Amino acid sequence: MSFWKNLVGKFTTLIGQKEQVDWEAILIESDLGINLSQKLYSLLEKEKLLNRTDLAEKRIRNELIAILGNGNLSFPIGQPGVILLVGVNGGGKTTTAAKLAYKFKSEGKKVYLAACDTFRAAATEQLKIWAEKLELPVISAKEGADAASVAFRAYSQASQSQADYLIVDTAGRQANKKNLMLELGKIKKTLEKASGQVPLFVLLVVDGTSGSNVLVQAREFHEALGLSAMVVTKLDSSAKGGMIAAVKYELGIPTLFIGRGENLEALEAFSPEGFIEEFFSR
Amino acid sequence: MLELLQQKLQSLFKNLRGYGKLSEENISGAIREIRLALLAADVHYQVVRDICEEVKQKALGTKVLESIRPGDQFIKIFHDALIEYLASEKQGLSTERPLRILLCGLNGSGKTTTAAKLALWCKKNKERVGLVAADLTRPAAREQLTKLASQIDVPVYAPEKEEKIEAFLSRALEQTKQDRLSVVIYDTAGRLDLDEELLKELQLAYSVVLPQEVLLVIDSATGQKGVDIVKAFLEKIPVSGLILSKFDGDARGGAAFSVKKVTGLSVLFLGTGEKVEAFEPFRAERLVDRLFGFGDIVSFVEKV
Ligand SMILES: Nc1nc2c(ncn2[C@@H]2O[C@H](COP(=O)(O)OP(=O)(O)OP(=O)(O)O)[C@@H](O)[C@H]2O)c(=O)[nH]1
Ligand SMILES: Nc1nc2c(ncn2[C@@H]2O[C@H](COP(=O)(O)OP(=O)(O)OP(=O)(O)O)[C@@H](O)[C@H]2O)c(=O)[nH]1
Ligand SMILES: [Mg+2]
Ligand SMILES: [Mg+2]
Repeated sequence: MSFWKNLVGKFTTLIGQKEQVDWEAILIESDLGINLSQKLYSLLEKEKLLNRTDLAEKRIRNELIAILGNGNLSFPIGQPGVILLVGVNGGGKTTTAAKLAYKFKSEGKKVYLAACDTFRAAATEQLKIWAEKLELPVISAKEGADAASVAFRAYSQASQSQADYLIVDTAGRQANKKNLMLELGKIKKTLEKASGQVPLFVLLVVDGTSGSNVLVQAREFHEALGLSAMVVTKLDSSAKGGMIAAVKYELGIPTLFIGRGENLEALEAFSPEGFIEEFFSR
Repeated sequence: MLELLQQKLQSLFKNLRGYGKLSEENISGAIREIRLALLAADVHYQVVRDICEEVKQKALGTKVLESIRPGDQFIKIFHDALIEYLASEKQGLSTERPLRILLCGLNGSGKTTTAAKLALWCKKNKERVGLVAADLTRPAAREQLTKLASQIDVPVYAPEKEEKIEAFLSRALEQTKQDRLSVVIYDTAGRLDLDEELLKELQLAYSVVLPQEVLLVIDSATGQKGVDIVKAFLEKIPVSGLILSKFDGDARGGAAFSVKKVTGLSVLFLGTGEKVEAFEPFRAERLVDRLFGFGDIVSFVEKV
């Protein structure tokens, strides 16, 4: 049975003789967050669609399409264009760095990697193994080194060899740790200065199995750094990634890619239509 | 947050004092507030519904004391109910020795870090501890565990190049026996709940090691699917407890609460930072405080 039928079945109760779908349950269970769930629910309520499953579904589809929009985002063109990956611990930054590098390389671009996670045990080794597999240069330093100076060195080298892209992996951090967020700001400033104020592309990497905290993460990283877009990983799980819509709805930050596996190919461009199709059918 | 909830409840209950018992009418607003707080903390929708119903039943008919504000009294009823939900028969780890602990969980939940934290914790309790690097999937997984192990000065058993998981685990099992370790912690690869193949691999690892403890490491930020995720693991191996990681962030950890309610599995430890020392036994109050963003519910409840 499809996810949707399953879910609707689970949340349908026979009240009197009339079948009633618990729309609120369905929306919340998809991790759309409280605000967006309530907004959609009250739409259905106001338009008296709560008991009309098909029409209600259509209404939600349209609303989600409108929220997710179709803005065209493109990567920066610089010498090189810099993509800074940030996020909380274990979200998938390093893996996403490798996946992005693979994508650019397949498109014939020249890519450099910067291992700016000088903190976590074997974080640099992890990125190096990916770089080796990809046969791409990676700039790194030993554990405990200053992350901003690794970024600076990586920029200089990538720029000298006229790379198209520099992908910068950073250490995971919880957004409530002020000093760690400041360190990230420093990496960003260093890169901006090196590139002559060319704006960086700052990508927040979030775990698709996370719930409402994603909204907090997006808000705080956005405040600290100014986010360009989001990547949502681990959507090869049973999670629905509803937070994609919540973050777009509340903060206007779009999702650019989704991750669906541990291998290099498992990165997909995000499409609102695809998201909604899955939302209703998986 | 506690203050906000208190204020809201105070105004909801402002006409209540002296009316005798809490009634359906005057607590429905309060239940609504609590419901939102639980949902915002990622407690599963159905679990929230059950809790609200139970709290309502408990609160109904409770005599309003003259000496305290009814809102505060309601918070206390609610708080006590949550603590009761989290109460567990399982206290700490199995006392069998040698003890084999298998750590499992989703990708990036914190298994490898937790393996080292748990090893240090056991070491402080005078155990002879070893770590087994049984993640053959993630790049540099074994280097990560090896580095952590050397920080805490604990031996680590790692696979040879090209060695298959089954052969390696049998070898590790034998070697740790020979080395007379009292506690051996097995780190495994991360896997998602829909990955049949990797879940089967875990089942295999379980059948070779036959650990007395199977601990599932779950991220405090886990969303509504937390319960399904845990169930997927439970279908394959007998998980015996949870470790809630990244509790130092600002995520509420509501999923751990729903998992407890639905599967009966308790949280045994909290991970509270990236460092190996950032680890502590679980106390229900901490999770309940966090669920509501309460600063100090304990002293508040004591006052009531
Ligand atoms: N199944 C699946 N696993 C993923 C995906 N993206 C990342 N992972 C896995 O998630 C785990 C953590 O990924 P990392 O790339 O190390 O995460 P990180 O954000 O760099 O972690 P820290 O640097 O420790 O903060 C690894 O086991 C990855 O293989 C995905 O889309 N699907
Ligand atoms: N802030 C914080 N970070 C943690 C905690 N536990 C683990 N981490 C971090 O979370 C990230 C992932 O941790 P790992 O131990 O590599 O996770 P894992 O489950 O072994 O990952 P895979 O093997 O790839 O599935 C790392 O950056 C850790 O430092 C914690 O309690 N608090
Ligand atoms: Mg990383
Ligand atoms: Mg690991």
